[in-house]
Amino acid sequence: MSRKRPIASAKRTRTARTFDEVPKKSKVVLLSCGSFNPVTNMHLRMFELARDHLEDTGRYEVVKGILSPVGDGYKKIGLIEASHRVEMAKLAVESSSWIEVDSWESRQADWQETVKVLRHQQQELLSQEPDTDVVGTAKPGRKRKRMDASSATKRRKLEEPDIAPKKTGNNWSFPLHSPFAFLLHYAAPLDGVEIIGISAASSGEPRVMLLCGADVLESFGVPGLWKPQHIEEIASTFGLVCITRGGSDAEAFIQGSDLLLPHRSNIHVVQEWVANDVSATRIRHGLRCGHSVRYLLPDPVLGYIQERQLYNAESEQRNEGVVLAPLQKCARTQE
Amino acid sequence: MSRKRPIASAKRTRTARTFDEVPKKSKVVLLSCGSFNPVTNMHLRMFELARDHLEDTGRYEVVKGILSPVGDGYKKIGLIEASHRVEMAKLAVESSSWIEVDSWESRQADWQETVKVLRHQQQELLSQEPDTDVVGTAKPGRKRKRMDASSATKRRKLEEPDIAPKKTGNNWSFPLHSPFAFLLHYAAPLDVSAASSGEPRVMLLCGADVLESFGVPGLWKPQHIEEIASTFGLVCITRGGSDAEAFIQGSDLLLPHRSNIHVVQEWVANDVSATRIRHGLRCGHSVRYLLPDPVLGYIQERQLYNAESEQRNEGVVLAPLQKCARTQE
Repeated sequence: MSRKRPIASAKRTRTARTFDEVPKKSKVVLLSCGSFNPVTNMHLRMFELARDHLEDTGRYEVVKGILSPVGDGYKKIGLIEASHRVEMAKLAVESSSWIEVDSWESRQADWQETVKVLRHQQQELLSQEPDTDVVGTAKPGRKRKRMDASSATKRRKLEEPDIAPKKTGNNWSFPLHSPFAFLLHYAAPLDGVEIIGISAASSGEPRVMLLCGADVLESFGVPGLWKPQHIEEIASTFGLVCITRGGSDAEAFIQGSDLLLPHRSNIHVVQEWVANDVSATRIRHGLRCGHSVRYLLPDPVLGYIQERQLYNAESEQRNEGVVLAPLQKCARTQE
Repeated sequence: MSRKRPIASAKRTRTARTFDEVPKKSKVVLLSCGSFNPVTNMHLRMFELARDHLEDTGRYEVVKGILSPVGDGYKKIGLIEASHRVEMAKLAVESSSWIEVDSWESRQADWQETVKVLRHQQQELLSQEPDTDVVGTAKPGRKRKRMDASSATKRRKLEEPDIAPKKTGNNWSFPLHSPFAFLLHYAAPLDVSAASSGEPRVMLLCGADVLESFGVPGLWKPQHIEEIASTFGLVCITRGGSDAEAFIQGSDLLLPHRSNIHVVQEWVANDVSATRIRHGLRCGHSVRYLLPDPVLGYIQERQLYNAESEQRNEGVVLAPLQKCARTQE
């Protein structure tokens, strides 16, 4: 299969050809929230699998992937400082042309519920100029990094083939002249408010979808961990791409969930076709034991860890005895 | 755990301290034979796991790892040219301070039985100067690449900490003045105990599937299995552990050499097979992060794997089975 891309013609002409020749696809931004303590090859694989899966349907175009490391306020045991986790995540994706890191969540003093991170990202996208065809990283005149070629090659022939290196800043710097800009700080609780009743697909803007593992999906069933209205909003407004080994457990869980089942078409269950059980927990364990973790995570990340001796018995005891933030929040709500 | 190494003192002094302070360890070179079609992160992980395992016993010092891609004469279906497979393997290990590629096997016109590759590597080691303390890659004055630090850090404090970048050539270039030089072409089976001469011993690094393939009729000669297990030894990486153990227990050839077979548990499941990677490439699916980026770049630049390449050697009998059939004629 040829990986060479056709030379780009003028963007607007190509867009017109796109409308005439192929059905309009929904643009998607994949958002992965997690500890990334540290980021591993498995986290990166999830993006690749998700993109291939969505694009294979012919209905989506994945324009960006975002890693959003959780803030220190999450209080998970063994969670090291967000600044390190963000830096390692950036090292992990520096050679990717479409995946980047957003540190907004990590910089918040309090832990942010996942739905708020999704809303934040969606707002960022909506606040861009309405006639921008491609989000963020695409600029004409630069070669798309070959390694990111995927199954959608044929479908992508009409796509913008020249993608610039990613911006190095953490924050989006688009002009805030969009009518939705005022919502950027969503100071007011948005529970029950359909602020993203604007359909991203109908406005042509990319929609943010939550990328996660089957374990996260199944955690929806853990009492006190998620608010039901948030699960509803995630499944209906945003959508999920769920990477799984077996597939059947995730499917069964969805079928058995009153909240999720109505939005079944918005939940994409993706089978890992190569078993890759590289968990950050096991990597930290290996580091503590002095065992090699090479080739389980990107070399630059491993180098960063070794230079600073980031993980040890002491770091693994951080937050010991502290209640995980989502469970604290739930308890307070019930008071 | 600190990864910094103490500044090296003069080599001979340190060696004397080594003898006084810690039991002498057997030096080991890990040899991995395979198609490497293409090399993957799993292949590289096997080296790391094996080294950690052996050094954790306190009885071994792993001084080198060697990837030996099989020659085209192997006739495996889907096997692309050896030149590409060697080049990809080199790209995969160029940033490793202790793993390298030997293309000798790949350059032979006929397929080479594994035991011959082991003998070849062992001869290469024996043909070095007898008083060389460290094999091949170690030279004072250069920093050991930090990423290769492993569980043996504490035990390695007295080791030569400064390791040079690997040589770029494929072949060993040591003077052939050793009395064993005549054995270099291993016309006769090897009978020298490497451990007693202080030279590194070569051990076969493989997956549990290779170990269990010893039971496939016609694939291995019994005398070769015997020689591999007794003279060289195996390090066998496995997911479950129990199948490999059961196989050894049930094998008349292997059981007497149980202590020479090291079964290593993968503590992170990593099922990255080259077959699935080739399949992914054919389907246009991303294989990124399953193999080193430089290898992936090489594959994409040349469009190495496709439906056509996967059909190579279709209908041809695998070389070991051909060999066995001829022997029986």
